[in-house]
Amino acid sequence: MTTADLLGKILQVVGGLAIFAAIIGLLFFFLDKAPKRGKDWVQLFVFLAPALFLLILGLIYPAIRTSLLAFTNSRGEFNGADNFVWMFTQPAILNTLLNTVIWVLLVPIISTTIGLAYAVFIDKSRGERFYKALVFMPMAISMVGAGIIWKFVYDYRQAGDEQIGLLNQIVVWFGGEPVQWLQTSPINTFLLIIVLIWIQTGFAMVVLSAAIKAVPTEQLEAAEIDGTNAWERFTNVTLPGIRGSLVVVITTISIATLKVFDIVRTMTAGNFDTSVIANEMYTQAFRAAEPGRGSALALVLFILVLPIIIYNVRVMRKQREIR
Amino acid sequence: MSTTPIVPTTTDPKAGDELARGREAEVGTKAKRVKRRLTSRGATVAALIIAVIWTIPTFGLFISSFRPAELIQTTGWWTIFQNPGFTLDNYSEVLFSSSQSSPQLGSYFVNSLAIAIPGTLFPLVLGAMAAYAFAWMKFRGANWLFIVIFGLQIVPLQMALLPVLSMFTTFLRPLQNTLHDVIPIIPEQNYLPVWIAHTMFGLPLIIFLLHNFISEIPGEVIEAARVDGASPGQIFFRIVLPLALPAIASVAIFQFLWVWNDLLVALIFSGGTADVAPLTQRLAELTGTRGQDWQRLTAAAFVSLIVPLIVFFSLQRYFVRGLLAGATKG
Repeated sequence: MTTADLLGKILQVVGGLAIFAAIIGLLFFFLDKAPKRGKDWVQLFVFLAPALFLLILGLIYPAIRTSLLAFTNSRGEFNGADNFVWMFTQPAILNTLLNTVIWVLLVPIISTTIGLAYAVFIDKSRGERFYKALVFMPMAISMVGAGIIWKFVYDYRQAGDEQIGLLNQIVVWFGGEPVQWLQTSPINTFLLIIVLIWIQTGFAMVVLSAAIKAVPTEQLEAAEIDGTNAWERFTNVTLPGIRGSLVVVITTISIATLKVFDIVRTMTAGNFDTSVIANEMYTQAFRAAEPGRGSALALVLFILVLPIIIYNVRVMRKQREIR
Repeated sequence: MSTTPIVPTTTDPKAGDELARGREAEVGTKAKRVKRRLTSRGATVAALIIAVIWTIPTFGLFISSFRPAELIQTTGWWTIFQNPGFTLDNYSEVLFSSSQSSPQLGSYFVNSLAIAIPGTLFPLVLGAMAAYAFAWMKFRGANWLFIVIFGLQIVPLQMALLPVLSMFTTFLRPLQNTLHDVIPIIPEQNYLPVWIAHTMFGLPLIIFLLHNFISEIPGEVIEAARVDGASPGQIFFRIVLPLALPAIASVAIFQFLWVWNDLLVALIFSGGTADVAPLTQRLAELTGTRGQDWQRLTAAAFVSLIVPLIVFFSLQRYFVRGLLAGATKG
């Protein structure tokens, strides 16, 4: 990086921020100068229009356009449901769809279970905050970084050589032969799934820990006076008390899992039968110059997320009615 | 909760053990008595095992990043005591070396910052303005529109990428070229597309989160300012924003980390050169082309992790709040 490069970059950021500030300033300047009559409308426009404009341009219009593109071929001509026929007949793509199903079945359930167990185990213990930070930390780092961290764990050296990947070393300690983990299907998909579980468990743990603390102690004490043991108190008092949070955690992790891209891209780039929908969409649309197929995959992803969107919208509308 | 079935059993030995442990505290306050609830020895051991498993992968990479190249390649990091060696060369190599084979992370680090700061500020300001409009201005269709925005935050980015990219190529490319002609120091590939993409994609979540908070500002405060003759701009910047500061801080941290950690948007809109590409994109590229250069990869990974980790450990409270409220983004 030369000094001129750096200067250019700084100039861009400073200039960008200055121009942005100037535009906002100008908008408010005209708002102040607006005539008294109709001022409410000008005000509404100034506050709402920039965001709305960007949302329509950046999300709503593109989403509609992608839905239409899903029914075109690589030259942009309408080709009916060909892309979907392709998707469900091509073994490689069927494998991609199957992988996505495996991901979305395993990650939410396992990370929620471990997160919940951990939250219960460390609840009110000494050093609870420290314990939480350890498991929650992966949530702060990038999935690319997480991918590298785990790729190192899965690293392979020939049998006989000293292993530098922890997993193969453990295998060797137990008298086994080292395995090329990431190249070996189908176990490689499960090893990638572990990375996302590693990331999402912290999220489940923090949300559920807060929920556990909100369970009234009176109920737990009442159950204890009645002579129940810890496990009975957990299943009969705590678990019903945190049901709402459990639903939130599982749906949230499901969405994140459906969209998983970075982990697969970094660790295997979708090779060796590890691809998932989000990765295949990128490959088709931006590497293989097949925008139609890529869009069809995006549409499938959208349809998979749709029930969760509808559910969340309904929950929110109910909450707003209560207020 | 009165329907909760409670099975009456006699005190079993395990519960008795817990009671004995609880007596150590002896103070007998409610909180203290609850303390012994589930803290059995087995649970502590299980928690410890989980904590260790969760920490070891990062720890191993961290240790390795300080080991000399030949040691990383031939021995496991867990043999550090048998094969000692400490060096900062890996870091100086990935950050400052200008040789062709080096990752040259310096410029990518600058790029990550140059993308993340405006990529946080732009949507934050525009989102706060929209959130204020939704919270305090009455207009037809407000409810309906707000629900659409709420739903948008869950829509996969994949649905938007292709059309947005072709829009950028048509309308933004000429502007970038002109900018480069006028100011040659700004390369043809500049940050504009990535900034705009992050602004557009970040807005739904930011509007939703800030709306919840801004709508709870007492109406009398805003009304009093209006009576005193404050302009809408003054009310927004001098009263609403300062009152919403805790929420804004949470949302800002969340958006900052989201942009910093993003790979997908960068891959599609940055062009991939050292002029624009952020650290994540460079790292993904390195794992692909130099997947076995562990001395470089380990150090490079930590260069990219250091900012999120600082944010995480110093601002954990805000980070958690932002994350809990907005984990569905993407």
